Amino acid sequence: MTTTTTGGTRPGATAPTAPAAKAIRARHGARGSTLTFWLFAGPFLAGLLLFVYVPVGWSFYLSLFQAQNTVAPTKFVGLDNYKDILTEGPFTDSLWTFTLFALIVVPLTYALALALALLVHRIRVARAFFRSVFFIPTACSYVVASMVWKLSIFNGVRFGLANTVLSWFGIEPVAWIGTVSPPWYWLVLVTVRLWLQLGFYMILFLAALQQIPKELYEAAWTDGARPGWQTFRHITLPQLRTTSVAVVLLLLIAAYQAFDEFYNLLPNTPYARPPLVYLYYTALGQGQDFGHGSAGALVLSALITMVTLLQGRIFGFGKADS
Amino acid sequence: MATSSTTTHAPSRSRARRGRGGSVAVYTVAAVAALLFLVPFYLLIRNSLASDADLTGAKWKFFPTSLHWENISELFNDPAVPMAHSMWNSLVVGVLGTAGQLLVCSLAGYAMARIPYRHANKIFYAVLTTLMIPSAVTFVPSFVLVSSLGWVSSLQGLIVPGLFSGFTAFLFRQYFLGFPKELEEAARIDGLGSWGTYWRIVVPNSTGFFAAIAVITFITNWNAFLWPLVIGQDQSSWTVQVALSTFTTAQTVNIHELFLAATVSILPLVFVFLFLQRYLVQGVAQTGIKG
Repeated sequence: MTTTTTGGTRPGATAPTAPAAKAIRARHGARGSTLTFWLFAGPFLAGLLLFVYVPVGWSFYLSLFQAQNTVAPTKFVGLDNYKDILTEGPFTDSLWTFTLFALIVVPLTYALALALALLVHRIRVARAFFRSVFFIPTACSYVVASMVWKLSIFNGVRFGLANTVLSWFGIEPVAWIGTVSPPWYWLVLVTVRLWLQLGFYMILFLAALQQIPKELYEAAWTDGARPGWQTFRHITLPQLRTTSVAVVLLLLIAAYQAFDEFYNLLPNTPYARPPLVYLYYTALGQGQDFGHGSAGALVLSALITMVTLLQGRIFGFGKADS
Repeated sequence: MATSSTTTHAPSRSRARRGRGGSVAVYTVAAVAALLFLVPFYLLIRNSLASDADLTGAKWKFFPTSLHWENISELFNDPAVPMAHSMWNSLVVGVLGTAGQLLVCSLAGYAMARIPYRHANKIFYAVLTTLMIPSAVTFVPSFVLVSSLGWVSSLQGLIVPGLFSGFTAFLFRQYFLGFPKELEEAARIDGLGSWGTYWRIVVPNSTGFFAAIAVITFITNWNAFLWPLVIGQDQSSWTVQVALSTFTTAQTVNIHELFLAATVSILPLVFVFLFLQRYLVQGVAQTGIKG
């Protein structure tokens, strides 16, 4: 929209403000404006170069070498690091852990956040109170929430809160995060994330719900549609399309970045390791294996980029952008 | 969208009728959900002020037998738990990190939206590419870089790499695209240069947006865990999240002390939530939808 319009003055398309703007631009001159651009954006771009592009490039370089305990490697191993992590198991296991996690968390969060938003939207009395209650867990960190979940609610002992509730129904205590079969630790992992992030997405849906023109519902009512499921399916849901796409994308990216609750709830367990936890232990654990760690980071980046682009294709995300 | 007066009345009457019938169910569901959402907060406070004997007793107790306010002074006087120092670190990282990110990214966003430059489009695409790479994935290469700068266990190592957020710059660009051009042109005609226009006209007229982004960035910084964990190798550079996590896994602290530390760590954000909620909600709506 307001990006540089160098050359190609469209004949006949002169807006009333165009001469003034042109005069200003002429006075400052092209070189002056180039300098200004760099003065404004230069620090940011330099930082982006140093702290994003250089690390990624360096990472690619390291991924081709044997690099343990050193960031100045000498032994070139080609694509062996990639071959190792893709065939040896733990890394691919971590990708499956992520996939399962995303398959559970994304639809659940989407549905429950939308349900909460619809609920708060319908409330007339004390709406601000309810909105705050659902939103305020966002103030908690994953570290704090994991602590409450692990040591208080899903404590594997008899007097943990969840086990106490079960005992009212005569059910034996469950070792929530200590066993693999049945994998009850998924319940712990999923509920902590739901509690922490539902409020955030509820706010997004609430903002979108308030944008829907009331006339649509009134028109539907005169056409015979009853309030409830019918209007929800034919008006509310289609009107929330843009927000829904953004929410799903954000949820997927957030799920890919899962680290905090896994690290704090299940430290040093061989199971339920998402990719970032695997990378953390590989690159910064005792081995300090930067070669394999870098290779893993790049494979993960490539996967995320592919998923994001694919999503963009499927949902047409970004088309509305100027 | 022409609705006659008769049609606009009908739904509101029906809504009022349904409202009374439906509201009991709606409020019941809301109340139950609200209770569930509040339980973890209750547990934090309960465990903070109870004795360990109460917490690890043979039976679950909803209320502790007695409240131990002396737990608070015990926490801050325990030399094994650098609580005050790690809170201070978090505050410094939160405030400086937020101020720096706002400054650097808003200037870049303004340049990309408003200052004509031949290669502006290419640069904008270069910034967009970095959005594809979540910062969490680059922690391995970033650690390699920061450690070769000698910044491990330092405040600059915690703060500086986080200042250059492609996402925040992108949000500012989108915002400035919609900023009324007339205001800037008037300033130009009055003789202000680009800096003058930016600082005296654009920024003062954008305080709401700046506040919204600031609140979100502060919360993100305060709750950040992975990067502070990677960088904070020495106890002196722990943020409060790293300190808490270390206590949980080390199991050297009393349970009540641990929970009290957790409660203290969320207090600053609870205040932010209570007093700046307007900006917060606005910020979430803006950052979320444009994400």
